[in-house]
Amino acid sequence: MTFQYAPAPESTAIVNINSSNDLFINGEFTPGHGAPFKTINPATEEVLAEIAQANEEDVNAAVMAARKAYDKSWSKMSGRDRGKYLFRIARLIQERSRELAVLETLDNGKPIRESRDVDVPIAAAHFFYHAGWADKLEFAGYGDNPRPLGVVAQVIPWNFPLLMLAWKIAPALATGNTVVLKPAETTSLTALLFAEICQQADLPPGVVNIITGAGETGRMLVEHPDVNKVAFTGSTAVGQAIQRQIAGTQKRLTLELGGKAANIVFDDAPIDQAVEGIVNGIYFNQGHVCCAGSRLLLQESIAEQTIDSLKRRLQTLRLGDPLDKNTDIGAINSREQLNRIIDLTKSGEEEGAQRWSPDCVIPEKGFWFAPTVFTNVTQAHRIAREEIFGPVLSVLTFRTPDEAIEKANNTPYGLSAGIWTEKGSRILAMANKVRAGVVWANTFNRFDPASPFGGYKESGFGREGGVQGLGAYLTSEESS
Amino acid sequence: MSSLDNQPLANQPPTKQPHKTQSPTSHQGLHAFLAGLSGVDQVGAEARAAALGTRSIKKESKMWAIDTAISMVDLTTLEGADTPGKVSAMCSKALHPDPTDPTTPSVAAVCVYGDLVPAAREVVGDRIHVAAVATAFPSGRASLDVKLLDTKDAVAAGADEIDMVIDRGAFLTGNFGKVFEEIVAIKEACGDAHLKVILETGELKTLDNVRKASWLAMKAGADFIKTSTGKVAPAATLPVTLVMLEAVRDYYAQTNTRIGVKAAGGIKTSKDAIKYLVLVNETVGDAWLTPDLFRFGASTLLNDLLQQRQKMLTGHYSGPDYVTID
Repeated sequence: MTFQYAPAPESTAIVNINSSNDLFINGEFTPGHGAPFKTINPATEEVLAEIAQANEEDVNAAVMAARKAYDKSWSKMSGRDRGKYLFRIARLIQERSRELAVLETLDNGKPIRESRDVDVPIAAAHFFYHAGWADKLEFAGYGDNPRPLGVVAQVIPWNFPLLMLAWKIAPALATGNTVVLKPAETTSLTALLFAEICQQADLPPGVVNIITGAGETGRMLVEHPDVNKVAFTGSTAVGQAIQRQIAGTQKRLTLELGGKAANIVFDDAPIDQAVEGIVNGIYFNQGHVCCAGSRLLLQESIAEQTIDSLKRRLQTLRLGDPLDKNTDIGAINSREQLNRIIDLTKSGEEEGAQRWSPDCVIPEKGFWFAPTVFTNVTQAHRIAREEIFGPVLSVLTFRTPDEAIEKANNTPYGLSAGIWTEKGSRILAMANKVRAGVVWANTFNRFDPASPFGGYKESGFGREGGVQGLGAYLTSEESS
Repeated sequence: MSSLDNQPLANQPPTKQPHKTQSPTSHQGLHAFLAGLSGVDQVGAEARAAALGTRSIKKESKMWAIDTAISMVDLTTLEGADTPGKVSAMCSKALHPDPTDPTTPSVAAVCVYGDLVPAAREVVGDRIHVAAVATAFPSGRASLDVKLLDTKDAVAAGADEIDMVIDRGAFLTGNFGKVFEEIVAIKEACGDAHLKVILETGELKTLDNVRKASWLAMKAGADFIKTSTGKVAPAATLPVTLVMLEAVRDYYAQTNTRIGVKAAGGIKTSKDAIKYLVLVNETVGDAWLTPDLFRFGASTLLNDLLQQRQKMLTGHYSGPDYVTID
């Protein structure tokens, strides 16, 4: 008999989802004035809840609340006291971690293993880390009296809803700014639960405001004249649109956009761990990761053997119910995204690349895409150039380190890269030449709040996390 | 993986026959081969083992795993204070681990010092295997002649499995040829008995060494590679076992011969044992989920497995007095 794993679903009893949800403005849940929309569970297509849509009036109210909180309390509060609130929020995230993880998995489709072991713990870590900075900002290297910017508009994507919220809100609050945040349309629920946590933490009203809605709500927020800074994570197209919208204003901007990372494996790499890194690089979170290692560059001498090992490993991946604790690959977040992945993979086949997926049973309902590997990919193929944002790997080969650099950098993006070799000097030499904001050596997709994250070229600008990330929310000017 | 360029591939079908030593290897070739093995990144290997440790095994799959684990136990006593009476008692338990439930499988083998093999064989007959530790266990600090005699003695007394230790001193000084030849010689002395080669990974320290020692032992003719004597801490760990399983998997890909793995020492709970089964399942596949190819070297583990088994069947936990002590 073979070793079958019986279903081990995490219980959803811990979460209580309101059938209709309000906006969070000035410390209170208030109805929105736009047409409400529905959010679904992408693994079942069942409606989870109705979400309020913020219109112009709501955006105004939220920005006004943030401005008032900035002027009256938050910017005047000592860093030490701000830090206390951040510590409190961090602990509440830990206390309610199971609830947050289940809700994230329901709304996003990612496996509970990942929301439980990655998203929620790292979100808490970001609040802990920035809580520590709140009273030490004058030692961060931004002058002896660094000042906050004011009201910050933050727009985040659907791939790591709570984690991206933490990346945005924690540094903004630690540095004394107030926030209006808009989560992605398909994944609002954990942001609204976070709003509850803000209430629970007794955060002064208006310091954090959460407004839900689609792209139009985001546009109104970004264009609002009383916003001092915009922080956006999402697609390159939307990032470019935002940059055009705020051109000519005083608003500061950071953009964290797409990527097409090269994961470069040399013949002296620890192959078994490299295979794990390749899997983690592109199949983690269904490949919905801006820094995903979507282009695998294999040294020719080990290409065949590594592809064989990779295929063998992919056969052990378990696709299915995201709530099952043994699931490795969850659901694609939306039909729209699924269609985009289908289109791009079709083009891969049409352009002559060889497609392979392990045998796996695709559930009847919901949005699913089997882990896919394309071999015989060239730099000219669309699947080697465009961000797919799905569980699709393009495999290319190289012969020399120079060729690896040339191919790795031959992309409009520049967010991340991976280097696999047991030779330390090669790691350093390669890291210097790869044009990417984050370079991992003998690992991939590792995140830590102390480590700055951000890109070059069309992957955006500005850094989040670490001492470098604080700079995006501080000014040395006396009045701002 | 580098090819076995100086070695003809032994093209044997998968078999339970004692594994043959591969054709003679020059020591230079052996050094080059081991140096050419892909390295192991410790952080990555530990992360992989930890991730597999989070698999949630419930209900019927847990029941299956517990029974499978029981059937893979080498029930062990390796104390200076062992007596024939103590060994006989343990052997009775090995045959019928849970006297209240005859559906409980027997363990795979009992594992004792060489002089107690007759006492063990008398109780178990040929119903389960009798393994003897030999070759100046646990340190391995004796001349080859002594080790050979130790081995032959145990086989003559009725042991059909020999658990030998490698010369870690020779391995760590880079004298791979000595380690290799010793295994070859012991293998020959074993005759038809299966040979388990104990790497004592707690003394080899690095996962790179674990991989090298695994390959060295397999090429020298080991039927099983085994983590530890149980006398050195740390004994079996998940990352070490992962690396050994990867070596076994790659060896199979090259030679079509399946080598067994024995995780010994420090595995005390059913939960731990199930993690090892998951590791086996997802590293080498379910062909290895048989006592012929995977074993636990343990003493206290068995009682925890039995208690968990009773819990699965009755729905409540019994106390320690409801499982037998040896």
